[in-house]
Amino acid sequence: MKKSKKGFFLFMAPALVAFTLVQLIPTVMGIGYSFTDWNGISKAKHFVGVQNYITILTSDLSFRNAFIFTFLFSVCAVISVNLIGFVLATLVTQRIKGVNFLRGIFFMPNLIGGILLGFTWQFIFVQVFEAIGKKLDILWLRGWLTDQRTGFLGLLIVVTWQLSGYMMMIYIAQLQNIPEDVLEAAELDNAVGWNRMRYIILPLMMPAFTIGLFLSISNAFKLFDQNLSLTGGGPVNSTQMLALNIYTTAFGENRFGLAQAKAVIFMIVVMAISIIQLSITKRREVEA
Amino acid sequence: MKSKRVIKRLSIMTVGFVLALLFVSPVFILVNSSFKSLQDIYINVLALPKQLSFQNYTKAFKEMDYVKAFMNSFAITCISTALIILISSMAAWVLVRYKTRTSKILFLMFAAVQLIPFQCVMLPLVDIMSKLHLMNRPGLVFMYMGFGCAMSIILFHGFIKNIPIELEEAAIIDGCNMVQTFINIVLPLLKGIIATVAVINVMWIWNDFLLPSLVINKNGMQTLPLRTYLFFGQFTKKWDLATASLMLCMIPIVLFYLSCQKYIVKGITAGVGK
Repeated sequence: MKKSKKGFFLFMAPALVAFTLVQLIPTVMGIGYSFTDWNGISKAKHFVGVQNYITILTSDLSFRNAFIFTFLFSVCAVISVNLIGFVLATLVTQRIKGVNFLRGIFFMPNLIGGILLGFTWQFIFVQVFEAIGKKLDILWLRGWLTDQRTGFLGLLIVVTWQLSGYMMMIYIAQLQNIPEDVLEAAELDNAVGWNRMRYIILPLMMPAFTIGLFLSISNAFKLFDQNLSLTGGGPVNSTQMLALNIYTTAFGENRFGLAQAKAVIFMIVVMAISIIQLSITKRREVEA
Repeated sequence: MKSKRVIKRLSIMTVGFVLALLFVSPVFILVNSSFKSLQDIYINVLALPKQLSFQNYTKAFKEMDYVKAFMNSFAITCISTALIILISSMAAWVLVRYKTRTSKILFLMFAAVQLIPFQCVMLPLVDIMSKLHLMNRPGLVFMYMGFGCAMSIILFHGFIKNIPIELEEAAIIDGCNMVQTFINIVLPLLKGIIATVAVINVMWIWNDFLLPSLVINKNGMQTLPLRTYLFFGQFTKKWDLATASLMLCMIPIVLFYLSCQKYIVKGITAGVGK
């Protein structure tokens, strides 16, 4: 094909313009805004140096709490989502009847948007758990979402319910990629049950774990919709996660500059964790 | 030996169906409650409705301005998805066929921005867009193009890499220019991956909340997730209407899933095994 530069840029242009205006320039501007006292309303933005970052690191308790909450939540969510996703995947790849039906059911929660999910579970926790707890006199079912502990568990249940079906799909694809003869050879070598899982299947699953971990980490860390609709960050900000904290700093307190600095820290943390995770799990991938 | 295997299979099946029941139970309870009066929900939330009444639905339908919100969601999702597919397939094609340093750098850039959280761009983005007078539905579509194209380009890129170039070269020899080659030769070959890319984009754009809440949160412009959120704010304790409205919002997505199941699964697993 005749390779004209003009042709290249003609075909790149629409995507590049949209991408530059919507993602690239705002990212660069955002880093710049994080060094100002912008309040979002007035035109004036004064350069304040690293003042916002100092405020966040030394005196902003809400950010620190949100950070700790988000971190703990992400650790728990990543474990539960991937563990249950993997268990579901092994379950629906067995030779039993109705596997397609089961796959459909397990995956379905994933399609429902975060806002709807949060509200749906709010109803379950606040109305249904309460009613059952009252009737059967089970104390721990009552008063859900009224303190940090049940808010945390509630969010964990919602996210596990939503994402484990997604991870299941990823793990199914990889399980079906494992060549039949490898499994047969393993059987001849007497690798069955747990040994087969530990030494044959799990190592061959590593590429899927790379993707599964990557997606669940970034989903858990960036969680916003479910947080907003399930607990709204309450009671008294005790279940506020980082994304919601940034949102409230900007639109609730009109401190856009400070919110932007938080967002930059947020971005650095998300990138660092994802890159570390990718480099660790990539190294462990093996060929069948 | 054989009976042992049958028992094993039966027990696995039982576990599977118990888990499935656990997974659908929240939706089940929601459907059940949506047919009940508020009083009945408070008396016994798990009891079956006394009679089959669609009253909650008609009321929620009217009060959340469902038709308008649905049409907004539908139009924004369809137009954005179509435009994303067009611009990303164009971009991915030249990124594959021109093996220059520029194309390599651009591709890496599209891959890297996947990691940037939305919170990091949202404030400057709103600032820029309001200066460009794009805080409206067409502006939202444009923003979706910007956010959706990176992922879609990567998916198209992976697919086009495996298409032999000979067909395109033959077309060029026959006198086709680049635009004709793209429309007549390349696009038809992309059919399978287009469906996958479409489904992925429809799923996130349809459910997206934060971006439209910043851009088009005005009466008459809102999408379904925005209307649901507002509706809940107004009727927090009216669970009869609330459950019906949740059901009304879930139905389109479930119908979509049932009709495109194949492509959804493909879209999710596109990156696995490579």
